[in-house]
Amino acid sequence: MFKNPEELKYTKTHEWVKEEDGLYVVGLTDFAQDALGDIVFVNLPGVGDEVTASKAFSDVESVKAVSDVFSPVSGKVAEVNEAIVDDPALVNNDCYGAWLIKVSDVTGTEDLLDAKAYEEFCASEA
Amino acid sequence: MGRYIPDTAKQQEVMLKQIGLNKIDDLYSMVPEEVRLKELDIPEGKSEYEVLEDIKALADKNTVYSSVFRGAGVYRHYIPAIVKTITSKEEFLTAYTPYQAEISQGVLQSIFEYQTQMCELTGLDVSNASVYDGAVAAAEAVFMTLERNRNTFLVSSTIDPETLAVIKTYCESRDVDLVTVESKDHKTDLEDLKRKLGDDTAGLYVESPNYFGLIEDVEAMAELVHEHKAKIIEGVDPISLAIYKTPGEMNVDIAVGEGQQLGMPTGFGGPYLGFMTCKKEMMRKLPGRIVGQTEDHDGRRAFVLTLQAREQHIRREKASSNICSNEALCAMTASVYLAAMGPKGLEKVALSSYNNAHYLESELNKLGFTRCDDGEYFNEFLTKSPVDPDKLEKKLAEKKILSGLATAESILWCATELNTKEKIAELVEAIREVI
Amino acid sequence: MKLLFERSVEGRGNDFLPEIKTGDKRPADKYQRKTKLHLPEIAEVDLGRHYTELAKQTHGVNDGFYPLGSCTMKYNPRIDEETASLKGFTDLHPLQPVESAQGAMELLYKTEKLLCTITGMDALTFAPAAGAHGEYTGLLLIRKYHQEHNDSERVNIIVPDSAHGTNPASAAMAGFKVVNIPSGPDGGVDLDALRNAVGKDTAGLMLTNPNTLGLFDPNILEITKIVHEAGGLCYYDGANLNAIMGRVRPGDMGFDCVHLNLHKTFATPHGGGGPGSGPVGCKQFLEKYLPCHKVAEKDGKYVFTDPERSMGQVRSYYGNFLVVVKALTYILSLGKEGIREASGKAVLNANYMMNQLKDHYHVAYDQICMHEFVLGLDDLKKETGVSAMDIAKGSLDYGIHPPTMYFPLIVHEALMFEPAETESKETIDEAVKIYLELFEKAHSDPEYLHNAPHHCPIGRPDETKAAREPVLRYEFND
Repeated sequence: MFKNPEELKYTKTHEWVKEEDGLYVVGLTDFAQDALGDIVFVNLPGVGDEVTASKAFSDVESVKAVSDVFSPVSGKVAEVNEAIVDDPALVNNDCYGAWLIKVSDVTGTEDLLDAKAYEEFCASEA
Repeated sequence: MGRYIPDTAKQQEVMLKQIGLNKIDDLYSMVPEEVRLKELDIPEGKSEYEVLEDIKALADKNTVYSSVFRGAGVYRHYIPAIVKTITSKEEFLTAYTPYQAEISQGVLQSIFEYQTQMCELTGLDVSNASVYDGAVAAAEAVFMTLERNRNTFLVSSTIDPETLAVIKTYCESRDVDLVTVESKDHKTDLEDLKRKLGDDTAGLYVESPNYFGLIEDVEAMAELVHEHKAKIIEGVDPISLAIYKTPGEMNVDIAVGEGQQLGMPTGFGGPYLGFMTCKKEMMRKLPGRIVGQTEDHDGRRAFVLTLQAREQHIRREKASSNICSNEALCAMTASVYLAAMGPKGLEKVALSSYNNAHYLESELNKLGFTRCDDGEYFNEFLTKSPVDPDKLEKKLAEKKILSGLATAESILWCATELNTKEKIAELVEAIREVI
Repeated sequence: MKLLFERSVEGRGNDFLPEIKTGDKRPADKYQRKTKLHLPEIAEVDLGRHYTELAKQTHGVNDGFYPLGSCTMKYNPRIDEETASLKGFTDLHPLQPVESAQGAMELLYKTEKLLCTITGMDALTFAPAAGAHGEYTGLLLIRKYHQEHNDSERVNIIVPDSAHGTNPASAAMAGFKVVNIPSGPDGGVDLDALRNAVGKDTAGLMLTNPNTLGLFDPNILEITKIVHEAGGLCYYDGANLNAIMGRVRPGDMGFDCVHLNLHKTFATPHGGGGPGSGPVGCKQFLEKYLPCHKVAEKDGKYVFTDPERSMGQVRSYYGNFLVVVKALTYILSLGKEGIREASGKAVLNANYMMNQLKDHYHVAYDQICMHEFVLGLDDLKKETGVSAMDIAKGSLDYGIHPPTMYFPLIVHEALMFEPAETESKETIDEAVKIYLELFEKAHSDPEYLHNAPHHCPIGRPDETKAAREPVLRYEFND
């Protein structure tokens, strides 16, 4: 059973997002980190880069796989989490604490799911 | 029976029977009738002895020069006997890429040792396990520098024409704008470089020693390039780095080069060894195999192919390079050569080359071959020729001497540790007969 | 096992070179290297032993069975090493006058003709240094062809989902977009999917036949026809040529260009990851786009020419020449019958081995295969928890190099076996016995296999640690 905190919104591509101090914080879900296995590298965009809803903005590498990460929102990258570049295991250990990027100037979002809908979606995927 | 197939006809019959077939041709029932080949139109097979005679006959048609004063990117150096002995070991020779670390520690460790040596030579942080040759190494390095808003790449006009040709092909296929930086007295023109650097410049490729043998002011170029937040790639001669400033000391971002000099014969063009090293921050952009150190479950030191998510078999069309097989045995050759030579031995190769070349220059000067340039050079230099270079080449060939390379009006001469004082005296003697 | 650097003793070394008699100059201070150069200081005897120890920890074809799928690990004849070591080849400078290298050029010319006959092509370049490099070169031929025909809309390369990873990577590198098409239920190209994928934007198709499942696609003529009718070209990935050489030719199947892996099909050793050689052959209409420095015969003399509308160069000079010497030695040794026998026996070996395993292991596509076959261990894993990786690692303890694991991607828990023609019936019988033992073990003691290998120089390495905390070189203390 995967943890999906109630206060977050989710995408069908297994990212979570929350609004915090006017910024949208984006990370990978428990389902995603489990499917990937041991994450060894997160390739983050630069501050100031544009991200587009439903488009890839990053990729994460495990030992034998690489997977795109899609942005739930459109906007500008305001902050990136340098800590996970140094220690990508954080994403495995605490995926809801180890955010990837914070987005400002948000102009739109994709259709987001709440925790319950996402849980059902994951169940149908499995 | 075809050669190298151990099983007898009888055994093959048993095997066929086991799978319920009568003859080998039955295995090819999926092949459309109309394209099945009745007979392959090539000669009958021959005995080992006959084949050896045939191939020897081809080898004998070639001239093996007893002394070579031609380099231009490919250099004849002395290869210690131990180098060939080690790299002919059949375990190394007949292994595939070391995918199975548990039974490939030998190859993996040797690559790790090679990576360390190349980092040491170039003064940079990370090395890959090799690419096809020096020219491809340069082209692959160009791709490492590209960024979304930086798609123009500068290349000095003083580089090896073979390398330039490969860079051009690679850049064209990825729609990179390739711009040539002009030269002045056979060196990169820094003023022209300043003019051509812009905010869309991804990087600069320059060689030192350059194609004409001259040492370039790489440090100044690195500074200019970095002012525009672009990258600088230096093509180097690995032997020269025993005595000359390293790319690392000159703040170069990526070093590449031809490793043939490190224990490989000139071999009519290959196999050679493309090496690539870079600063740590570019590590994940480095193409090709990379070996890393880790541990097994008992805590024993172990080596594995690592950072594989960069590569084609995982990233497929998103991989930055498609390279798979590289030049592993050549990398091992270089590693054995460097270990056999050691720091003092390598320095001796470099200093021999340097002094032989400078002595050659003074001897040629006496014969009217005056130098075209006056900059610092390592072991190659350009002279004017008082005689027709073609005529000179032919006359020297009669004495099994390969002259310098004729380029337009001048000749590019080269000396390594093999072009000793005696060999130079023979050359001088032979030239006297021509002029 | 110590590293070279850990064996180093300051002051030790060897003397290979004469004293310098031409001077004792050094470059001026401002040009000089200031950083200490750490290279091993080691006596020749210890250097020899170091590598002997490393050799003992390396498995090559000469150490044992090596059924690594798609890699064609056949025996590498020793005579090939001898011919490639002749001074008349090794000591040639690529820029020496052509009159002085006629034998070497004749060798390239002759080998070109032979490989053209074997593949059904009209011209061939030896410039590419490996298979993936050949793919890149072949795709540049296709790109150039469309450019010259002002067909700039043709930007797509169609690649089946069973393709080697290099195919899509090469296509992207050559500036194309990759269009993946799924395989049909029989493992072959899904003709409807192909028909839907082709169009005005199709530059070409890249195909391996037999494909990576080891299956020969019986629709091959229809496939190449569909692509040609849409205006695209057909590229043949020659990695699997060993199955069909001397029996059917890519050129006759409708392919316009091919690459070969001399280090697979033509028995040149792989050297632990190269040097290989990946020559590219093409039909006459593409010849004028081939890379520069191509050997031609002119008035009874061999010369280097640049094809009229050449794509340029993909490597310096003429490719991995000494590897070509080995391949020619091999082709001359086998000749017309030997080549056919090699492919036939390779296919027989694969079918024989598959047949003995299939009562226990699940064969992904149970039909006559070509030179390789794929097992899918999904059921075994569900039943026992033992994965394809566990079985592969288990075979290490028996001195067998494992098959290719987890490839092709369309088969779950895949193991891909390629027992080349140079393996005897006894070797295969023995391997079968071992794989059946491993199957038993999976049921009786899965834990044992999870922890395999048990008798190798190291156990399974921690790859996560290697990738998370990369240590890519030895660090010196001073």
